[in-house]
Amino acid sequence: MDQIILYILILMVVLTVSGYIYNKNLAFDRYLASRVKENAPPSLLKGSGWHSQASYHGYYTAWLVGFVCFILFVAGLYFRSGSQLYDLSWLALILVAGTSIVFLLNRKISPDFAARTWVERFIHICLIILSVIAVLTTFGIVLSLLFESLRFFSKVSFLDFLFGLHWSPQTALRVDQAGQSGSFGAVPIFAGTFLIMFVAMAIAGPVGLMIAIYLSEYASAATRKFVKPMIEILAGVPTVVYGFFALLTVGPTIRNFAESLGFSVPTQSALSAGVVMGVMIIPLISSLSDDVINAVPQSLRDGSYALGATKSETMKQVVFKGALPGIIGAFLLAISRAIGETMIVVMAAGRAANLTGNPFEAVTTVTVQIVALLTGDQEFDSPKTLAAFALGLVLFVITLILNMIALSVVRHYRERYD
Amino acid sequence: MATHSDIEENDTKRASQLREERARKHLKSRRNREWRFRLWGRAAILFALSALAWLLFSIVGTGFTAFQQNFMTLDVKLEASIIAPDGTRDPQKLRGANYRRVLQDTMYDLFPDVTERLEKRELFALTSASGATHQIRQMVYKNPSLIGQTVTVTVPTSDQVDQLLKGYIDRTQPESRRKVSDQQITWIGTLKERGIIKKKFNTILFTKPDSRDPELAGIAGAVVGSMMIVVIAFLFALPIGVGSALYLDEFAPKNRWTDLIEININNLAAVPSIVFGLLGLAIFINFMGLHRSIPLVGGMVLALRAFPTIVVATRASLRSVGPGIVNGALSLGASHTQAVFQQKLPLAAPGILTGSIIAMAQVLGETAPLLMIGMVAFVTEVPQSAMDPSTALPVQIFLWSDSAERAWSERTAAAIIVLLLILVVMNGLAIWLRNRLEKRR
Repeated sequence: MDQIILYILILMVVLTVSGYIYNKNLAFDRYLASRVKENAPPSLLKGSGWHSQASYHGYYTAWLVGFVCFILFVAGLYFRSGSQLYDLSWLALILVAGTSIVFLLNRKISPDFAARTWVERFIHICLIILSVIAVLTTFGIVLSLLFESLRFFSKVSFLDFLFGLHWSPQTALRVDQAGQSGSFGAVPIFAGTFLIMFVAMAIAGPVGLMIAIYLSEYASAATRKFVKPMIEILAGVPTVVYGFFALLTVGPTIRNFAESLGFSVPTQSALSAGVVMGVMIIPLISSLSDDVINAVPQSLRDGSYALGATKSETMKQVVFKGALPGIIGAFLLAISRAIGETMIVVMAAGRAANLTGNPFEAVTTVTVQIVALLTGDQEFDSPKTLAAFALGLVLFVITLILNMIALSVVRHYRERYD
Repeated sequence: MATHSDIEENDTKRASQLREERARKHLKSRRNREWRFRLWGRAAILFALSALAWLLFSIVGTGFTAFQQNFMTLDVKLEASIIAPDGTRDPQKLRGANYRRVLQDTMYDLFPDVTERLEKRELFALTSASGATHQIRQMVYKNPSLIGQTVTVTVPTSDQVDQLLKGYIDRTQPESRRKVSDQQITWIGTLKERGIIKKKFNTILFTKPDSRDPELAGIAGAVVGSMMIVVIAFLFALPIGVGSALYLDEFAPKNRWTDLIEININNLAAVPSIVFGLLGLAIFINFMGLHRSIPLVGGMVLALRAFPTIVVATRASLRSVGPGIVNGALSLGASHTQAVFQQKLPLAAPGILTGSIIAMAQVLGETAPLLMIGMVAFVTEVPQSAMDPSTALPVQIFLWSDSAERAWSERTAAAIIVLLLILVVMNGLAIWLRNRLEKRR
């Protein structure tokens, strides 16, 4: 980084802090002086007649100095040309502006000036800006995906993309090159995504649910205390580690097992990616289901026991039915997680766009294709790169819908028993 | 003679016996079902735990040997006639000298009876050529007066030798099917006996950046890059997360606008991480014109990914502070803002910190968004600032996992072990902090 920028940043901090100290002390001196003039003891306990404490006059100065200096800093950075004279005058401007604000505000320090109100107003505005960033992020996602996708759909028809059966995004390098037209039919990709998702949910669904049931209804406190953190560890392992595990261990194991039975299965298959992804999702389902099962009121269970039902009958016929909406919500969240998961499938599922329902074959997914299209050398205008944004849009829309449904289902469910 | 009533009595007895039997059977099957259900629960837990154990076992089993590596200690004679035939001592010229030749001579001297060209090449292949020449070049470049003397250098052996000595290359296989020849195996045995090849702690793994040769590749560049990303993400995510949580919980009026913000944050937490990568690519790189593969962009993208987690943690810990403390402050004449910032926020701080550390642990493990913003480049230098091209630890793992050779998968697993250890430390810190600060309250 440039020396001058560092100096200016230090200067800004110094100005802000010294402005705070200077005006705070000044306000306090004036307060003491006014007490002396009124012949009152300089005690803070009696009503002083001042609106704000001395420190708020200091904060007021600090905010204004910091704010103005920051604007000058950003503006200076924007118009920067590189000449030394410019840099020096930039520094001088900030110095002069900062000090003059400190001294101009001296006059404002009086019993009637509502410094605290202003400072609090400023804090509120800052908080609003920070929370607007949350909304802006979503807007940024939607707009950038939508914008690039529209450019893609101006080159490739929307229906061909959604319903085409052939995916080979390699476009021709030269105009006269034959057979490399690049086709963007995304059905094989969607099929692969759903195939892996089904495999993962077939593992994670029953296992996660049974873990939740066992831990909430059967397990002793000691077991619970030991098993729950262990399951949570599975959620904390980075996905790239799962991907390596699938590639290094699970894929070869499945291949060797299939070979011993006389089949031939590639190392990268929908099955190995799906199984490992299922293991990854288990803690998500188990902890969410655990929550909803615990939210079912004890009185329902007691009623069922009183009628002579066993624990498992109570679980299956009473608690499960009561918790069903919440469990469905948990499953939907897990599905959206499985669809959006990237690293495991990139490393373990392969890149061949096969249209198949056979989990023993290599398939590709939406996320794998996004990675494949956007890594490596690329120019930004080719349909190949834009296709990644179209796929991203599809991914975003699907997961958004799933999340919305899941969140509202869970919220309604919570309200039911609250 | 049996009367009519007797028969009737017998019938009812038998009927009640039958009923009892059926009831007992039914009860037995119900108990069996109960037992089976319980068994299923245990099986599910066993499945998850054994999957975890298998995962850790396979990775530690593959990776732990990478923490040690075989090094050769060579006495290299820096012949002036080879390095500087014209007698120059100019460091710039000395850079381009033929150090490979020097190293070759050193290796041939180990076995003076080797004369054939093919054999000589096999002998030379025992050492890590590029690593050793680089080391000699640096020595001469820094201190040209060494020319003509004999220096002792410790260089890694080539990855094949390393793998052989660690026992990963099957010596019983026919020679044509392994990458180390019989002749080389004898040489290695002799060198080991003579004490020239020794196994030491693998410092290269921790101090060097990425390389094309597995024996020279390390994770230092990736670790530094990851640290920068985490720090930048923390600096951006913490104010955004805490600020919007404070606004939503304490200051916002309940209306449609704040509902929108709330739904937004909840949804952002569940958006696939790769979508954030696409956002970063479109906004930070294409629109704002920042460079690809720099930690600054990575940190900003992952800050957007992480802040919903911080919002959730902050709101939870704000709610855990009882209303009494705020009411007390208000009754003493504090304004609402003063009560929140001076009383409530300090009490909620431990929870916020714990949530932030957990969010940063997630950031550290995140890979997909970094792929989107081009952090997959092959970087052979440790980044100096947040504007230098860099990789991150998980991305390095992804890059190395692509190579099928045993030496690479060993390094990959070792990098994973390091990553997992850092994550354990971060999560442990979060838990320790929470317990400690909760006790104090």
